[in-house]
Amino acid sequence: MSTCKFQLSRRRFLTTTAAIAAASGSLAMPSVLRAAGAPVKLGVLHPVSGALSYSGTQGRLGATMAIEEINAAGGIKSLGGAKIDAVLGDARSTPEGGTAEVEKMNSDGVACIVGGYASNICLATTQAAARYDLPYVVDVGVADGIVTRGLKNTFRFGPGFGVIAKTALDNLVKINDAAGKVAKTVMIVHEDSLFGSGLAKLLNAQLPSKGFQVLETVSHPTPNRDFNTIVLKIKAQNPDIVIPADYYNEYVLLARTMLQQHVRPKAIYSVLGGAASSYKFVKEFPDAAKGIMDCNHWFNPHSDKALALKKKVEAKGQFFTYEVYLNYSCVGLVADALERAASADRAKITAALASSTWSGHIMPYGPTKFVNGQNEGAAPCNTQVQDNDIKVILPAEFANGKAIFPMKA
Amino acid sequence: MCHPPLPASILVVLSPAIIIPAILNGLLTGAVYALVALGLTLVYGVLHIINFAHGALLTAAMFAAFFAYQFGIDPYVAIFLLAPAFFAVGYALQRLVIGPAAHGDDRNMLLVTLGIAVIIENALLYAFRADTRTIDVPYAFQSIDFGFTFVAVPRLVGFAAVFAVALVLWLIMTFTDTGKAIRAVAKEKVGAELAGIDVAHVYAVTFGLGTACVAIAACLLVPTYYVNPSAGNAFVLVAFTIVVLGGMGSVPGALIGGLVIGVVESLSSLFFGDSLGQVGIFLIFIAMLLVRPSGLFGARA
Amino acid sequence: MKAFTPIAVVVALFATVPLVVHSNVVLNFLVVALMIALAGQGWNILGGYGGQYSFGHAAFFGTGAYVTAILQVRYGVNAWVGFAIGIAAGALVGAIIGALTFRSGLRGSYFALVTLAFAEVLRISASVAPITGAGVGTLIKLDLRAQAFQFQSRAVFYWIILALVALSLAIAKLIERSRFGVWLVAVRENEDAAQALGIDVATVKSAAMVISGAITAAAGCFYAQYFLFVDSGIAYGTWISIEVLLTPIIGGVGTVFGPLFGAMVVKALGEGARLVTGDAPGLDLVVYGAVLILVIAFTPRGLIGGLAQARQWLMRRRGAEAHHG
Repeated sequence: MSTCKFQLSRRRFLTTTAAIAAASGSLAMPSVLRAAGAPVKLGVLHPVSGALSYSGTQGRLGATMAIEEINAAGGIKSLGGAKIDAVLGDARSTPEGGTAEVEKMNSDGVACIVGGYASNICLATTQAAARYDLPYVVDVGVADGIVTRGLKNTFRFGPGFGVIAKTALDNLVKINDAAGKVAKTVMIVHEDSLFGSGLAKLLNAQLPSKGFQVLETVSHPTPNRDFNTIVLKIKAQNPDIVIPADYYNEYVLLARTMLQQHVRPKAIYSVLGGAASSYKFVKEFPDAAKGIMDCNHWFNPHSDKALALKKKVEAKGQFFTYEVYLNYSCVGLVADALERAASADRAKITAALASSTWSGHIMPYGPTKFVNGQNEGAAPCNTQVQDNDIKVILPAEFANGKAIFPMKA
Repeated sequence: MCHPPLPASILVVLSPAIIIPAILNGLLTGAVYALVALGLTLVYGVLHIINFAHGALLTAAMFAAFFAYQFGIDPYVAIFLLAPAFFAVGYALQRLVIGPAAHGDDRNMLLVTLGIAVIIENALLYAFRADTRTIDVPYAFQSIDFGFTFVAVPRLVGFAAVFAVALVLWLIMTFTDTGKAIRAVAKEKVGAELAGIDVAHVYAVTFGLGTACVAIAACLLVPTYYVNPSAGNAFVLVAFTIVVLGGMGSVPGALIGGLVIGVVESLSSLFFGDSLGQVGIFLIFIAMLLVRPSGLFGARA
Repeated sequence: MKAFTPIAVVVALFATVPLVVHSNVVLNFLVVALMIALAGQGWNILGGYGGQYSFGHAAFFGTGAYVTAILQVRYGVNAWVGFAIGIAAGALVGAIIGALTFRSGLRGSYFALVTLAFAEVLRISASVAPITGAGVGTLIKLDLRAQAFQFQSRAVFYWIILALVALSLAIAKLIERSRFGVWLVAVRENEDAAQALGIDVATVKSAAMVISGAITAAAGCFYAQYFLFVDSGIAYGTWISIEVLLTPIIGGVGTVFGPLFGAMVVKALGEGARLVTGDAPGLDLVVYGAVLILVIAFTPRGLIGGLAQARQWLMRRRGAEAHHG
């Protein structure tokens, strides 16, 4: 039933939810219905068609599940139990598509928008929303340009690229030190767009001062048909650690080719690795995934709420991916802001977001604290594929596993 | 990228221990490229158009091979089902859509194949979303130790299969009546028509054969590659290059061109990195078109 | 001057839209459609009038977009000046590609392939070259001032893109009426015959490519100013090469209003398909493909040609009825 819902058009979705809300309200307690505030419209914007449609659909799933839960729990109490109405939008995997949806959502009168997913979409959509002082919560979009442009309406709940890269470096040193500094050389394999090349640049600048020698940096396009030559290079260089920065498909091809060619470094340590902390990859290729470490978005494995959500998502036949729990959390953040603003007024919501100290989320973050739109409490986790599962190995306070390093050959 | 390679890495790259496996790898990859290019060049040789739907048909065939595996049919077995099925698809497309819609104008044919590509790709996107699918055949990670390098079993199988397909194609073209008719139409369309050959039928058969090649290529790719609605495109741009290099319409040209491009790609990936290696392929492509559009093996256009 | 009256009327009608419609959704839709119409007019000059079907017009669109963006962001050049230089850069790329391909006498499938390859080379180069911001792309800072070519109101952007479209319509009309246009059509209809008549085929085609490149580049420059972000996939991606040839062919290939009409129809169809099918990712594009094939099959001169055919047919019928009566 609930999976069917996402096949419905936006308009139908709105009317059905409204109808259900009205029906249940009028049956149970008609007086409350009259007292309840008008529903608050929330824009849920993801690339559900085009090249990014998988991630977009996952993101939409997380956001709509959060909305359902919030509504089921009585809506926004400070607004008399007002329900949140999801205005679903499709960014069509392009910045223009995203901009067009922001325009639509604005004229639909949404109070706030959550989503965007890809950095280039977020760059365009936050700006389009800024024209209307429409508060916008970025779900993933890790490019730091999104929050450093001084847009007052833009908030990012998750960590940005700079923080993730820095954490990844620090944790690499930590893991290596704990194992007695067994690794000295690294090789970087990265895709040549936004995140891969940016990351390679950072790693090349920082790794030498941390005691690592970068033997070689290899870039490749997306899609890349064949990884055999790259793996041959890895084999010839024989680095202690291979650092891949790739999207899902290329990551899978690389890991599989390394297995075929019997290349086993002391560690495969990825940063925002497309497949490294993906349940799908672990399930489909347990051998290739074994032992891979990653520094990425991850949920708090000690949070009961997170585990309950994971169960619910898996019951729908979907993987519990970072798009799901980041969007789930972003909607929670907005609901908290609405609660405190006690208004659907855009300026008031923006102010409430800016002063947020929300800690009811399922992420391994501290309390929320926005500085120039970036949540300073956000941080990535280090994970490792162990026993056909993904364990958090750092930071220690959220860990549910211990790093296995170096990997056994 | 912007990092100059360290001296150490140059030494590593120049050692035969890596160059020889890289060349071998290039040949293995190139064989599958050649098969994709074979279908393209066949269609060009007879219909004189570039089939822009080639990539989309490859993707569709990859999906077919993927789903065949879900029903327990091994991709290599699926070849014997999908090749005839896609022959029929190709035949019908040319006979019922491309031929009638294009009114015999080459430019229109290009556009119609483009339209078909857009339809297939987006219909796949609609039906299966952008999810990446992979199959895990038991032999995916088996590799043979050649001493100096490991070669994955599926890649060796692919290499052999491509040459088998080329042989079968050559036999069809040389010894069957249909093959002779195809060659007649390719050489002299009007003459063939006067001699009583049904040109529309020959066009459709050729298109069908080209599509069957793509179906086989899909079955060979699926064990080691992934499937998503744009998976085929990656192979088609390189197939264009091969077709031009080998001479548009030349079957042996496509075969040798495929192997050459595979090796060039592998070596340039070794020396310049994959990103710039791709540019290299396209520069060869452009230079070839500008200097010798008939290709290395093609007759003068 | 009479020949330009239809253009003036159409543009005037379009110009009144923001006075009547205040919805930014509609304006944004029209701005994007007009941008595609402009880029499509560029393709139409070369492909429609000259018969040279390019599958790589992204080369021009992307060059315009990148040049405008990079000049502003890296060199502090004024946005308006950057816009003009972006258009010139598109013309230059057209001149280079034209010189290389037409001197070698490439036609048909060969020309289609070589243009595709040029666009791909530029795309890959842009995705690794530091000056374009490599994979990160180039972001123009939000600065809502007229001198920065940024406006709070969508209506201003609308009028600017409309002015550019108007200019492109006038250029197409001028070409249609000039000797150059006659040569161009002669090349399309029969290149060898045109050569035999003493037309310098390569020069005529190259000139068309320069004009074509400049017009499509203007659309790219506008894209950069409107969305303030460019990366290699947007600028040089195949999406723009395809949209740019789709619109004139559906609208009416080799006609002045073809690209404008085609862009409106294609974009409206896309939106319509999305409304009808709801959240059906990909189906709107399936409709594009189907319309393309149907147009080629049934109205080879595009929808405008189809309308003319229909009118002739009606008139003939009416004539016949009158005759009977």
